[in-house]
Amino acid sequence: MAMKVDMSALETNFSIPCLDDGDGMHLSADSPDVPSMVLPTCADFDGFQAATKDMVKNKRGTTTLAFIFDKGVIVAADSRASMGGYISSQTVRKIIEINPYMLGTMAGGAADCQFWHRNLGNKCRLHELSNKRRISIAGASKLLANILYSYRGMGLSIGTMIAGFDEKGPGLYYVDSEGARLVGNRFSVGSGSLYAYGILDEGYRFNMSVEEAAELARRAIYGATFRDAASGGCVSVYHVGPDGWKKLSGDDVGELHYHYYPVQKTPVEQEMTDAPSTSA
Amino acid sequence: MARFDPYENNGGTCVAVAGADYCVVAADTRLSVGYSILSRDHSKIAQLADKCVLASSGFQGDIKALQKNLAAKELIYEHNHNKKMSCPAMAQLLSNTLYYKRFFPYYAFNVLGGLDSEGKGCVFTYDAVGSYERTGYSAQGTGSTLMMPVLDNQLKSPSPLLLPARDAVTPLSESEAVDLVKDVFASATERDIYTGDRLEIVVINSSGTHREYIELRKD
Repeated sequence: MAMKVDMSALETNFSIPCLDDGDGMHLSADSPDVPSMVLPTCADFDGFQAATKDMVKNKRGTTTLAFIFDKGVIVAADSRASMGGYISSQTVRKIIEINPYMLGTMAGGAADCQFWHRNLGNKCRLHELSNKRRISIAGASKLLANILYSYRGMGLSIGTMIAGFDEKGPGLYYVDSEGARLVGNRFSVGSGSLYAYGILDEGYRFNMSVEEAAELARRAIYGATFRDAASGGCVSVYHVGPDGWKKLSGDDVGELHYHYYPVQKTPVEQEMTDAPSTSA
Repeated sequence: MARFDPYENNGGTCVAVAGADYCVVAADTRLSVGYSILSRDHSKIAQLADKCVLASSGFQGDIKALQKNLAAKELIYEHNHNKKMSCPAMAQLLSNTLYYKRFFPYYAFNVLGGLDSEGKGCVFTYDAVGSYERTGYSAQGTGSTLMMPVLDNQLKSPSPLLLPARDAVTPLSESEAVDLVKDVFASATERDIYTGDRLEIVVINSSGTHREYIELRKD
């Protein structure tokens, strides 16, 4: 008994599959070309997925944030990946460069995010080649959201933000594996997001310079790494402007701590002096 | 009521260390099930291309299937492109191959080592469903949590995510790296029941691939 991925949500009643009649217009109700994946032939699919998740202990990623301000979009993330309680890497790239003017962030399952962002990058490129213009951020996030919706309930874990700059200006969308796609100005995703929101919401203003905005993002991610055990490593901050994205900074969180809280020399009450040496 | 339980952990540990112009890939040769040792002489290392070696620990049945799968895909690539796959290309192929079984994973914890197209050592480390990252060194398997802290202590370099970038080349020479790997396996063998018997070390450098075997504790 093989299981088929449930595409019923994507079937529409008003598009007719028609052949190319010369003007290159295709209307098709075909499912998006998602890869066909092998599914286990067992009676209890969900139980099996739950069991494999515990056994395999996939890498997960954890604090990311992005916000729109008057000069574009700032995107920031930490770089820690954990497998259960073990830190499997402190150098994970959680900000994925989909193309020169669009970034995606990774939170949730590392493999899920890496694979689907790469897949999204391919689809964006194909769109550019077919339509001779770049895809909009709204369009790219919709492509991803539709694919994730078709895998809804199967155990994918993706909490991502698609940030970029297109003809309509800066764009920021939150897309997750439950099928949500939200447009907004300010998002933070991951286990450390609550801590990051505290700092981000307090310091946010729409009119900021790029340096101020980057410092706010850096401070917010640092705060999350300070309090959340599953976040740490390096803080990477990117800025997306009309000319595309640019990496602004990458700082080790351990060093950043002493930058924000320099060591205070404590007054010593009693100096210890060496014992006078007795000459024998 | 019979539960669907297709997996088994055969234990063992794999390590890879990359240097300026070499790469060391090593794995023990013990195959176990539960508290039994089934073989003291089972290789976990597969040569996928002339400058690309895969070491995997986990369920050896899935690992055998994965190695065959990759070897076949590499051969198709050679036929289509008239050249052997480079290590970074194989790294992405492995990631995709693992992810295509996202809902019925290969129970394999992989480390891919080799030389990139510039001749520099590269190591790619994976989780079971294909998330991967290029690093300077990595350990996977039952003894990995014992080995990684030692490797971090000896080999940790500034993160590639730092800006401004800092130089991150492992300064060790090839023989120093091989000695470090031997030491690290000797230590893990002391404290991990699934690691031991014999250590297989493969060194890849510009002159080719060289294999060496060291005895480890058999208890």
